[in-house]
Amino acid sequence: MNANLKQALTDYLVAMADDELILGHRNSEWCGHAPILEEDIAFANIALDEIGHAIVWYELAADLSGEDRDTYANRVVYFRDAPDYRNTQMVELPKGDWAFTMLRQYLFDQFEMVRLEKLTQSSYASLAEAAAKIRTEEIYHLRHTRAWVRRLGLGTDESHRRMQAALNDLWPYALALFEASTRETLLIQASYIPDISILKTAWQVQVTTYLQEAALTMPTNSSHAIPPRTHHTEHLGGLLSDLQQVARLDPMAKW
Amino acid sequence: MTSEAVRQIWQALDEVKDPEIPVVSLVEMGIVRDVTINDACVAVTITPTFSGCPALHAMKVDIVEHLHTLGYANVEIKTTFMPAWSTDWITESARVKLRDFGLAPPPIHRGDVNVMLLEVATCPYCGSTNTSLRNSFGPTACRMIYYCNACNQPFEQFKPL
Repeated sequence: MNANLKQALTDYLVAMADDELILGHRNSEWCGHAPILEEDIAFANIALDEIGHAIVWYELAADLSGEDRDTYANRVVYFRDAPDYRNTQMVELPKGDWAFTMLRQYLFDQFEMVRLEKLTQSSYASLAEAAAKIRTEEIYHLRHTRAWVRRLGLGTDESHRRMQAALNDLWPYALALFEASTRETLLIQASYIPDISILKTAWQVQVTTYLQEAALTMPTNSSHAIPPRTHHTEHLGGLLSDLQQVARLDPMAKW
Repeated sequence: MTSEAVRQIWQALDEVKDPEIPVVSLVEMGIVRDVTINDACVAVTITPTFSGCPALHAMKVDIVEHLHTLGYANVEIKTTFMPAWSTDWITESARVKLRDFGLAPPPIHRGDVNVMLLEVATCPYCGSTNTSLRNSFGPTACRMIYYCNACNQPFEQFKPL
C-alpha cells in the first residue's frame, strides 16, 4: 500500500471511529436518565457498543500507522482538541429529547448497516473482518431503534409531534453523512471502501419508506448545508471537556 | 514435546473462567482460538465475544497470569475477528453450566439472523417456553432479559450472535 493510500485509509478509519465515539458518549448521557429502567439498560448497552466499535476502528488505524494499539486510542481520544476531530456534526449535537435521540440513533444505525454490509467485501482484509463482526451486533441496535421510531411516530399526538420536529432538525445533518472527501476516490478505486453515493441511495430508500410508515413526513428543504467533517459546532468542545477532563488532569496516571 | 506442551496449555486455559460468567471457561466459550509455542514464547489467539466487551481486558490479564503460574514468562495475546465469534461455538458442556447458572443458553442459529432474533427462550428454572422477551439488552453486552410466564421469574438469555 503506498503512503497516500495508507494515509487516506487511516483518515477514513479515524472518521468512522470518531462518529462512533462521539455518538456513544452522547448516548451515555442518558445513563440514569432514560424514560424507563429497561431502556436505561438498553441504551447504555448501545452506547457501550458504539464506543467499543470506535476502539476497533482506532486499532485498525493504529496498525496502518505503525503505532501501538494499546496506546493509540487513548491518545487520539483524550488528547486531540475539537478541530482535530473528524466526526460528522450530527453525532455531536446535544442529546435533545428522547425522540431526537432515538431518531438520530436510527438514522445512524441504518447508515452503519448499509455501510457495514458493503465493507464486509473490502479488499483490505482487516476492515472486512471487523465489519462482519460489528454488523452482527448492529442488527440488535437497528431492531431496537426501528421499534422506537415506529412507536413514537404512531404513538400519541405529542410523541408524533416530537418525532416530526426531530426529523426536520436532523435530516440535513443525516444527509451530510454521505459527503465524501476527495481522497475517498483513491480508496474506492482500491476497492477498500464502497462508493458512498451507492450507500446513500440504499439508505435513503430504506429510511424514507420506514419513516413514512411511522406517519412522518419527509422534509423537503434540504438546502441547509452542513459543513464538512473538519468543522464542528460549539457542542463538540463541551462534550470533549467532559470526556477528556480526567485524562488531562493527570496524563501519566495508570489505571 | 511441543504438541504435548500445547495440549497442556489448552488444558490450563480451560481453567480460566469467563470474568462475567464464572462457571464457564474461555475455551468452552470458544473465545480461545489458537495456541502456539515458539521457543519459550506462548502465543494465544482469542476472539472477542462482543467487540465492545469490557471484559476482554480482564480475559487477557487472566490468561497471562494463569500461564505465568505454569512457568511461561513470555506470553503474547493476539486478538482476531476472523472468523467472527458465534454463540454456536459455545460447547454443549458450557450450555448445561450456563443453564444451571440461571442463564438460558443461546439457540443454535447457524448464521440465520431470523433464528437469532426469535423471541422465544426456554426458562432455565422451570423449562417452560411460555416466556416473553422484555429487553434485547441486559446487564452485560452479551445478555438479554426475558420473563417466564409459567414460574413468574425474570431470567437472562445469552444473546445469540
